[in-house]
Order: sequence, then structure tokens, then C-alpha cells
Amino acid sequence: MRSRLIPYLLLLPSLLFLTALFFVPLVQTVALAFHGGDSFGLANFTRMANDLNFRDAVVNTFSIVLVVVPLQLAIALGMAMMLRHLKRGRDVVLWIWSIPLGISDLAAGLVWLAILTDQGYLNTLLFNLGLIAGPESWLTYETPTALFVAIIVAEAWRATAIVLVIIVAGVQLLPREYGEAADVFGATPWQRFTRITLPLLKPSIQTALILRTVLAFEMFALVISLGGRNFPVLVSEAYQWQYVNQDTGVAAAYAVVVMLISLAATLIYLRVLRTPREQML
Amino acid sequence: MTVRRGIFLSGVAMLCAWTLVPIWLVALGAVGGRDVVNAWPKTFFPGSTSLATLRAFLDVQGVWSATLVSVEVAVLCMAFSLLLGAPAGYALARYNFRGATTYRLLILLTRAFPVGILALPLAITFIRLDLYDRPLGVALIHTALALPFAVLVSASLFQAIPREFEEAAWVFGCSRLRAFLRVVLPLALPGIAATAIFAFVISWNEVFAAAVLTVRHRTLTAYLLTVLAESPLHVQFAGGFVLIVPSVVFIFLVRKHLFAMWGIANR
Repeated sequence: MRSRLIPYLLLLPSLLFLTALFFVPLVQTVALAFHGGDSFGLANFTRMANDLNFRDAVVNTFSIVLVVVPLQLAIALGMAMMLRHLKRGRDVVLWIWSIPLGISDLAAGLVWLAILTDQGYLNTLLFNLGLIAGPESWLTYETPTALFVAIIVAEAWRATAIVLVIIVAGVQLLPREYGEAADVFGATPWQRFTRITLPLLKPSIQTALILRTVLAFEMFALVISLGGRNFPVLVSEAYQWQYVNQDTGVAAAYAVVVMLISLAATLIYLRVLRTPREQML
Repeated sequence: MTVRRGIFLSGVAMLCAWTLVPIWLVALGAVGGRDVVNAWPKTFFPGSTSLATLRAFLDVQGVWSATLVSVEVAVLCMAFSLLLGAPAGYALARYNFRGATTYRLLILLTRAFPVGILALPLAITFIRLDLYDRPLGVALIHTALALPFAVLVSASLFQAIPREFEEAAWVFGCSRLRAFLRVVLPLALPGIAATAIFAFVISWNEVFAAAVLTVRHRTLTAYLLTVLAESPLHVQFAGGFVLIVPSVVFIFLVRKHLFAMWGIANR
């Protein structure tokens, strides 16, 4: 009897903690968002949607996610395949490639600010190559395309590592026989990659995509450090409403939108990339 | 060496440079101080890193006091995640019980949500509980972020240790707790240390919740975010560099466990 209770006693602290600091605030966030003024309703959402920055924030957030997540997946897959062919120094290369794993979006923003600012290293390089005459601005309101590219580059630099680590962990679990069998039947390396490796990696790819997409929707410090308010995204707007406008209701409305989008993205990935039980390794 | 091999290796080298060169450049900006930041055109190597500029870096006051807060928060988060997560992981690894699958699902569910955003209502709760603007409060929400990870990883760690070891200890008269402390824990320790380091990094890097829940005792990330608009560039670069250094060291420390952790934690 006593031993049957043990697992529940072991789980209890973490469960209570998550209730207090995850589930309750989750419900509270939703409540805050729908509690406009003194009655329940959509007042906060209306204010959010009527704000000048809202449309931009939605468009910008989705543009970033739609460009950067597939890009990161492609780079990470390429890196993982390169690692397989590396004979010596694999550990060092892997360590170097995973360093950005521990770098926050804020730090990444500051790193790329050092490179892309008016008197930064990119302009120095372009100047030395004779391509520009003097300091150029890339991160202003007048250069939205350059700013967008900068954000994509910085985000790809920072967060590809997490995808890489998940993919490499998955590659290590792949049985060699499948690839060898493909070679026996005369498959080209490309066929082997698309027909054998990719399908077998589906669970890892699914995990990586869920994690990355949720985190990419959440990313905001990088955008603020590079472009200030020139490039609003959903979470940076939530931050501005909370911190500058002191309006928690509208901030919570943004939070609810971000949560719904994240949840929807997760469900889509779970459905589209599901692995039937008989295909499990 | 064939041409193809050469192309391949230079590709690998370029990707390494792509990771490392930006860190090098922000380090130049951080230790060079105002002079380097305002120089045009810039040099890609430190010209004269005199003691004076290094001191200027160390004197960026706000950065250092905020760094101390960050360390305090991250250490607390690390401790909470382990104390709450390891027992749960042990239960998942060792016991068959009703509700285990549900619990796992709940843990995974937290991943579908941007947890940092939940700081919005917590700001109100924390003011009432006198946790607002205190490292402890920030550490609590960071633990909510790190805990699911700690649970799943420690579950896989304990699973990898044969049950028989423990049973042998019981036969020799050890209590369950003693068997755990003397037999299982030493074996799991390296993995647990890696998990702890990860909790530290998660907390160290979190921006949104830290910025919303503090005013005067800001963590480094929150401090940098709020002074972005007004502080000079060399302060920002110094802050960014200080943010990066521990993560480079930590990733080096846990590199052996990195892949095992992610491989298993995501099944």
C-alpha cells in the first residue's frame, strides 16, 4: 500500500509547482485578456486589432517564422549530413556548431548589431571592397528589407544549433543497415537522403519543428535590439503594451494570440508529421 | 586529398567561421570600449587593448550588478528544477502507475506554450506576495520553463541505470532512500549536473519574464533590454558579450550529454 503511493508523492511537488506557475497563470492570462474595463468582453482584442502596429506585427511574425524555420531545418540537415562524412575533429566541429544553443535572442541581436550598425563590421568590409563610400544604415525604418534580412540572418545564426542537436541525436539512432541496403541497390546519395534518411528522421524533425516554431513565435528581444520599434512582432508589442503603455489587458490579448498560434502550429506538426506505429524504429 | 574532399572541408570550416566570427567581433566591441565602437573603418583585430579600455569594460556598472542578479536567479532556478524535477523523473523511470502517461502529456503540453509570456498575470500575483522585483520571483517562473526539461531528462537518466543495482542494495538491507542516495545518485550524477547546467542557461537567457517581473533588481537580459534605446553601443556590446561567455563554457561542459539528452528527452 505504502509503495503504491510513492510515485504520486514524488510527482506531487512538480505537479503543484506547475499548477501554480503554469496552469493558473495560463488561465489568468486568458482572463486578463477578456477582462476589458469592468466587464468581460473583447474590448482588449478590439484595442489590439485597432492599433496601428497590429497588422505589421502579425505579418512580420509570420514572415519571420515562415522563412527562418525551414531555413534552419535545411541548414541543420546539411550540417548533420556533413558531420557524418567528417573523419577527424568531429567533436570539435560539433561543439563549435552547437555554441549558439546557449545564446539568447537578446545576445544574438547585440552580436549582429555590432556587425550591422552604421559603423559596423559589415560596412567596414564593404568599404574595404570599395562597394560603399562610407557608413550606410541597414536597420532603419527606411530599409525594411535589409532589416528583415538582418533579423533572419541573426536568428538563423542563433537558433539553428538547437535544430542541429535534435537532428544529430536522431541520426545517431538510425540503423546503418538501411543506408547500406540503399547503396547495394544503387541509390544515389541524394536518393538515399530523401528516401531513407529523411523519412526515418521524421520524429526528430517533428520535435525540432515544434520546438523551433514555438520559440520563433516567442522571439522578440532580437528584433528590438536590431530594429527598435521599426519592426514590430507580436511579443514585442505585448512587451510594449505591458511595459511602456502599462496596459496588461492588451498585452494579455497579444499573449493569447501568441499562445493560440503556437498551439495551432504544434497540432499541425503533430498531425502532418505523425509516424504510424508500424514505421517506428 | 581530392578536390571534392577539399570543397567539403572548406564548407565545414566556413560554417565554423560563421558561428565563431560574430562572437569574435562583438568581443572586440566589448573590450575596445568607446574608441573601437566609434572607429571607422574598423579593424578586425584588436589594435591596442590597453588596460584602460579593459578597465572601461569592467566599469560598465549596470552590467555587473545585473550580472550578479542573473547569477542569483539562475542558481535558484537550477536548484528548484532539480529538487522538483529529479524526484518526478525517478517516479516516471521506476514505477508503473496510473496517470504516468497523463503526467507525461501534461509536461509535454507546456512545450506548446510560450511560458515566458505567463509572466503577465504573475506580475500582479507577485506584487501581492511580495515576490515582485525579487530574484526569487523571477527564478520561480524560470523554473516553470526549465522544469519540464529536467523531468524528462532525469527520467531518461534513471531509466538507463539498471533496476538490479538498486534491488541488490535493498537485499543488503539498505532502505529505499539509502539505496537511491548510495547507488543510483552517484551513477546519475554527471547527467544530473548537465541537466542543472541547462536549467542555468535557460534562466540566464530568458528575457520577457525577467523584464516584466523586475524594476530595480534587473537580470542582465532585462537590464540590457530596457536600456537598449538610451545606452551607448559599447555598453550594449559589453553586455552582449557577458551574456555569451557562460553559454560558450557551459555548452563545452555538457557537450558529451547534449545529444543523449535531446535524443531521449524528445521521444
